[in-house]
Amino acid sequence: MQSKLSWQEFIITRAIKASGYSAIVFVALIFYFLLREGLPTLGEVPLGDLFAARWYPIESYFGILPLLSGSLLVTVGATLVAVPFGLGTAIFIAEIAPRWAREILKPLVELLGGLPSVVLGFLGILALAPNLRVFLNLPTGLTALTGSLLLGGIAVPTVVSVAEDALDSVPRAYREGAWALGATRWQTIWRVTLPAARSGVLTGIMLGVGRAIGETMTVMMVTGNAPVLATGLGAFFSPVRTMTATIAAEMGEVANGSVHYHTLFFIGMVLFLISLAVNVTASAMVFRSQKRAERVLS
Amino acid sequence: MTEKIQIEHLTLQYADGAESLRDISLNVRENAITVLFGPAGGGKSSLLRCLNRLNDLADVKTVSGKILLDGENILDPQTDVIALRRKVGMVFARPVVLPFSIYGNLTYGLEVMGEKRKLRLDEAVERSLRQAALWDEVKERLDDPAIALSGGQQQRLCLARALALEPEVILLDEPTSGLDPISTGKVEASLQELKKNYTILLAPHSVQQAARVADYAAFFLQGELVEFGEGKTLFTTPRQKRTEDYVTGRFG
Repeated sequence: MQSKLSWQEFIITRAIKASGYSAIVFVALIFYFLLREGLPTLGEVPLGDLFAARWYPIESYFGILPLLSGSLLVTVGATLVAVPFGLGTAIFIAEIAPRWAREILKPLVELLGGLPSVVLGFLGILALAPNLRVFLNLPTGLTALTGSLLLGGIAVPTVVSVAEDALDSVPRAYREGAWALGATRWQTIWRVTLPAARSGVLTGIMLGVGRAIGETMTVMMVTGNAPVLATGLGAFFSPVRTMTATIAAEMGEVANGSVHYHTLFFIGMVLFLISLAVNVTASAMVFRSQKRAERVLS
Repeated sequence: MTEKIQIEHLTLQYADGAESLRDISLNVRENAITVLFGPAGGGKSSLLRCLNRLNDLADVKTVSGKILLDGENILDPQTDVIALRRKVGMVFARPVVLPFSIYGNLTYGLEVMGEKRKLRLDEAVERSLRQAALWDEVKERLDDPAIALSGGQQQRLCLARALALEPEVILLDEPTSGLDPISTGKVEASLQELKKNYTILLAPHSVQQAARVADYAAFFLQGELVEFGEGKTLFTTPRQKRTEDYVTGRFG
């Protein structure tokens, strides 16, 4: 009996440990693979050509700047949509909505987060793009703006869900403390509840932004796929192409081991580094905003 | 001494049928400590939370009766609740320090009122900290996060925070329930000093504390006001059998 129990303990402990460490192993493996396939590009394409403004792989133009600018543009646009909208919704659900509305809204928002992005892309092509084209009087509705709006929509449920949980876990006593000092409901939310929940709220925003950067299907469908370097704000209203869409669109038809193939992996590597940077920044912000005393006490 | 608050036939019920108040009538004198005591669930907290309308935000089913503060019915829907809460400060059972610095906690109430002048804020901080007997302990580190203070200091900070708004009435809901005897003594000493300028309502966490600080005392049992009178008489020669049983420790 005794030995059987200790065997179970042994196996369960090891299994849990293994699944924990496997996350690290997977990340390391992915990074290794990206490096192995992507780094040869640096030997095959001169650095100046790699960071040039022309992406036209058939004629051996491998400038990734337009793709970088496309991703940046669409992500920034999506963030501008997702943050205010997501925070507003989270605050409404957590602080203002009556209980019955909260119980309907929260699952609905989470359901929205589970929609396949192809479906959203489809909606974008059929409903959003034509209307934007007419409304803004553009030559085409497939623009960075369209992608931003849709991606923003995709990021909103993530932001709402995480931020709402964080707001909800702020002790009721904080709110009562502020109310008892004569703060209005809005002052309480802005000055007390939000700051108290800030690490969760920031995490929500970062997860949302991360989702926007990595999203492929929707942007491929609605941004027009023109690898043009964005030079000004006007680029919002013209077609762009993102890094993710490029990989997804071209990977299927590229010869294994060719320069083009290596360059696509190089793009993947850059993407990986960008999302790494976003995550590190996020946790650094959360960590720094925790005061020394809070860390000691927590 | 004049009567600051007159409570007339106050009845309150929560939506979930929990703790409630039944037909309470009570007069609270100015510049005195009125103690509301009795076993848990008796309605002490509910009554306190009516006095600054904090109950507005809970699930209250019915409220009837009147609470007159300086002759005006504060249960009137027209009442400016924000102004009321500045006039009637509150300290909770567990210290609720807001996630700011010590200084920020003290000035929060003034800032939401729109006070921006640094000099006025500094004055209010020092005055209220001195009143709450905390000034000497924290004057060197006003910019530290308030959460770093000890439990007793946090509770006195909450008292100081309420005082910074220069209220007229202070409500204290078991303010010393989480404190050690020394901190409790400090808070009680502050209260004796403060009652010269304020009207104080206190729900103590023990009968002993009630007896120590009460100028007037009201005994609550299951939502009913059983007995109300001067502290000295009520704790030595209660008129009601139920009060006597509770005060002498026969139940509760």
